[in-house]
Amino acid sequence: MSGLESTGSTTADLIAGALMALGALLVLLGSIGINRFPHFYSRLHAAGVIDTLASGVFLLGVGVFFGVGLVSVKLLLIFVFLLFTSPTACHALARAAFISGLRDDSRRADANTSEAIITKADNA
Amino acid sequence: MTLLAIAAAILISMMLALVRAMLGPSVFDRILAVNSFGTKTVLLIALLATLAGRADYLDIALLYALLNFIGTVALLRYSESLHRRAGQAPTREAI
Amino acid sequence: MKHTVSLSLFLALLWWVLSGYPKPLLLGLGAVTVIFTVWLAHRLDVIDHESHPIHFSWPLLRFWTRLLVEIARSSIQVLGQILRGQSAIQPKFLHVKTQQHSALGRVILGNAITLTPGTVTVLTNGGEFVVHALSKESAKSVEDGELDALIPQDVEGERV
Repeated sequence: MSGLESTGSTTADLIAGALMALGALLVLLGSIGINRFPHFYSRLHAAGVIDTLASGVFLLGVGVFFGVGLVSVKLLLIFVFLLFTSPTACHALARAAFISGLRDDSRRADANTSEAIITKADNA
Repeated sequence: MTLLAIAAAILISMMLALVRAMLGPSVFDRILAVNSFGTKTVLLIALLATLAGRADYLDIALLYALLNFIGTVALLRYSESLHRRAGQAPTREAI
Repeated sequence: MKHTVSLSLFLALLWWVLSGYPKPLLLGLGAVTVIFTVWLAHRLDVIDHESHPIHFSWPLLRFWTRLLVEIARSSIQVLGQILRGQSAIQPKFLHVKTQQHSALGRVILGNAITLTPGTVTVLTNGGEFVVHALSKESAKSVEDGELDALIPQDVEGERV
């Protein structure tokens, strides 16, 4: 099988290219968000977009390029794996940051009410 | 042409993630950046698979996704154990 | 026993999908790997309905479909906020009570909240979640319990 660059532009290749371009654009936007948002917790949300929508659209494009077969199952596996690990890593990150005392500076008052929950959880 | 733009977009995103990893300011910002860098690597390897027309590269992408997740969780456990050894939760300045 | 057989079949299928070569050597190595993995899982005593769910329910499939739609919708929302910058977001922590009574139901809900961009589950304590929301809209969708109501009530799991 030859690469995308050398094949003629069939309809499938055009759709694949468009989906991958859209996915790459979303990845770029998410990365801008990671640098643009003010605090750690806001940045988590920007990274969430990359892990879910952007990689989903991108891998769908790769799937269209390779066509239906064992490869599409493999791509689906990569996507499902990202879909399962992304919230786990994200939650672990947020939890570790919260427990270590990192707070959203703009909303210190709201965060203080959450201390009660930590204490409750520690006592339990 | 399109593929060049896609590759450029992903490489620039990876660079942006590295910028965040360097700027921090907290250790969690850095771990987040490294995790996001790993996800982009998976997508870059998938792009390489289409460039070369070889589906075998996707196995490497899958493996990278696995390692990235394990790496992130390991780093977090390490940072949590550091805090626990310190006896109390450190202030933001300490991170 | 039912779960052991199903796990073996699943692992064998996974090996076939990832390798794809019908050579005796590779298939033999696959068989050895599957047997070793199932043996390890037995030793760890992790083969049960929670770690390896084999029941299939239509409500669960409907939930997943709705969740994917929800992810796409809130991703677009977050993308708009990224473009508009700092003025478009009002990040804050929320306290949410869930109506899920099983441990598995709560895990599904916490994961679903984290999976939708704009909201992240930070802490869980019994039926109470601490959630970080990026904006007023995403905070509202969690407070209204949209995802909570979607989770099928027949999920198996230990009641807490």
